[in-house]
Amino acid sequence: MENVNHLEKFQAVIDADSKIEPKDWMPEDYRKHLIRQISQHAHSEVIGMQPEGNWITRAPSLRAKLILLAKIQDEAGHGLYLYSACETLGISREELIEQLHTGKAKYSSIFNYPAVTWADIGAIGWLVDGAAIVNQISLQRTSYGPYSRAMIRICKEESFHQRQGYEIMGKLALGTPEQKEMAQDALNRWWWPSLMMFGPHDTDSPHSGKAMTWRIKRESNDVLRQRFIDKTVQQTEVIGLKIPDDKLKWNETKGVYEHGEIDWEEFNQVINGNGPLNKIRLANHISAHENGAWVREAANAYAAKQKKEVLVA
Amino acid sequence: MTKQEALFNYTLRLGDNALILGHRLSEWSSKGPLLEEDIAMTNMALDLIGRADALLRYASQVEAKGRTEDDLAYKRGERQFLCNLIMQLPNGDFGFTIARQLIVSAFDLCLYEELAQSKDETIAGIAAKAVKEVKYHLKFSTDWTLRLGDGTEESHNRIQKSFDDIWMFTAELFETNEVDAIMVKEGIAPDYNNLKARWKKIITEVLLEATLKVPADAYMQTGSRKGVHTEYLGYILAELQYLPRAYPDAKW
Repeated sequence: MENVNHLEKFQAVIDADSKIEPKDWMPEDYRKHLIRQISQHAHSEVIGMQPEGNWITRAPSLRAKLILLAKIQDEAGHGLYLYSACETLGISREELIEQLHTGKAKYSSIFNYPAVTWADIGAIGWLVDGAAIVNQISLQRTSYGPYSRAMIRICKEESFHQRQGYEIMGKLALGTPEQKEMAQDALNRWWWPSLMMFGPHDTDSPHSGKAMTWRIKRESNDVLRQRFIDKTVQQTEVIGLKIPDDKLKWNETKGVYEHGEIDWEEFNQVINGNGPLNKIRLANHISAHENGAWVREAANAYAAKQKKEVLVA
Repeated sequence: MTKQEALFNYTLRLGDNALILGHRLSEWSSKGPLLEEDIAMTNMALDLIGRADALLRYASQVEAKGRTEDDLAYKRGERQFLCNLIMQLPNGDFGFTIARQLIVSAFDLCLYEELAQSKDETIAGIAAKAVKEVKYHLKFSTDWTLRLGDGTEESHNRIQKSFDDIWMFTAELFETNEVDAIMVKEGIAPDYNNLKARWKKIITEVLLEATLKVPADAYMQTGSRKGVHTEYLGYILAELQYLPRAYPDAKW
């Protein structure tokens, strides 16, 4: 049983909107919840490098190639600070990667969809990063200090990513008829999976209860999803594309866009491993990790020799 | 050959080397042995493609025929490229990429420090920035050569083999032709014959410290100065140039 005094003090810190820091007492469930959420977030950054990496060598201009490379590098960097934030909770990076490889830890399902054309690079930046930012801005106020600080840093870079994606889509949408078709096609394919990124409706969300009390999560899935839709609809109109939802309409009274029903069957299938690329994304990560084993072993052996030399000297 | 033609050709050579090696390094994205190394590879790719962008832009200005840096990168065929063969080689394992990077970064350091003193201000400016980047590339590849060379038996054998296999592509970096003669005469570029001793010293010191053998100079490959390349270059360009070639009227 958790110590009652500790628990009261812990909740008081949270209720005062102060941060919980690594050495502070915390309930085991809080720690577990954070490890699950932060590691999922870190793995998403890292696996998310794959669909975009698919187009680095084929980016259509030197400028576009440089921006895409910088963006992917940022994502790897985000993965690093999130792994570090997670390590403050008493778990090692090796364990986190092991959990990814065995399937115990998840990553965002969106990255199980393929980046088929160059327009997908625009759609990923604009919609996927756009959806991620809405969630991450909210998480800047999360109760765990290291996670909150990582989010603040990440948000600054993500807003550049979202603009980069929107710029690609804008150029395509205003380009030749073939380019415009490519842009609309990418929007058609990425729109619904982007809405799914916010997770199930509030009424069906299994992890939200305590996460809200502990202020790990600050706003509900549906609130965040709605914010994303309202922002994105206007951006879509500016570049002359159409959101693939016949039921999308402005609700004057509520001041929000109403949308059609999300295909939760698809969502559940992809989460449970049946998306187009679940197996391939993971296999790529495992293969890079295995191919690098001899390199990591060499680095450890070399470091051990250096340490020995210092001791002898 | 006029000075302008020589400068165009020379700048293309520098730009193509940066572009094609940057392309190869960018292929490491999501494949690195550690996330930190993945970032480092992408970072070097960014430096090199950034340098290629600046150099090809300058080449397009020197040529003054209305082509842009993207036209030069995306719309020339295999025989018009002037990058050294070593840049085109497939990445192989991490050790092979490190061996190539050590050889090229040491060469780039010797070359770009001289180019930073060039009488051509644009070249000198690009070179001054490149020197800072190349110092990091050299440090990165030196550190990894030491770790792999003096790490485990497997890593030692692997990277020794990489240096042995790649050695026949090293002499081509220093080849000179009519273009070089004009560049040297104009004070734009150094005489490549004067770079070799320093390059060899850097490589020898790193390899010996890494408990590796410096491969013997045997028969050396050649061809890039005349636009005769490896079979790999065609595939690199097929990928690199695909979109602008497939949609010639499109702007990106």
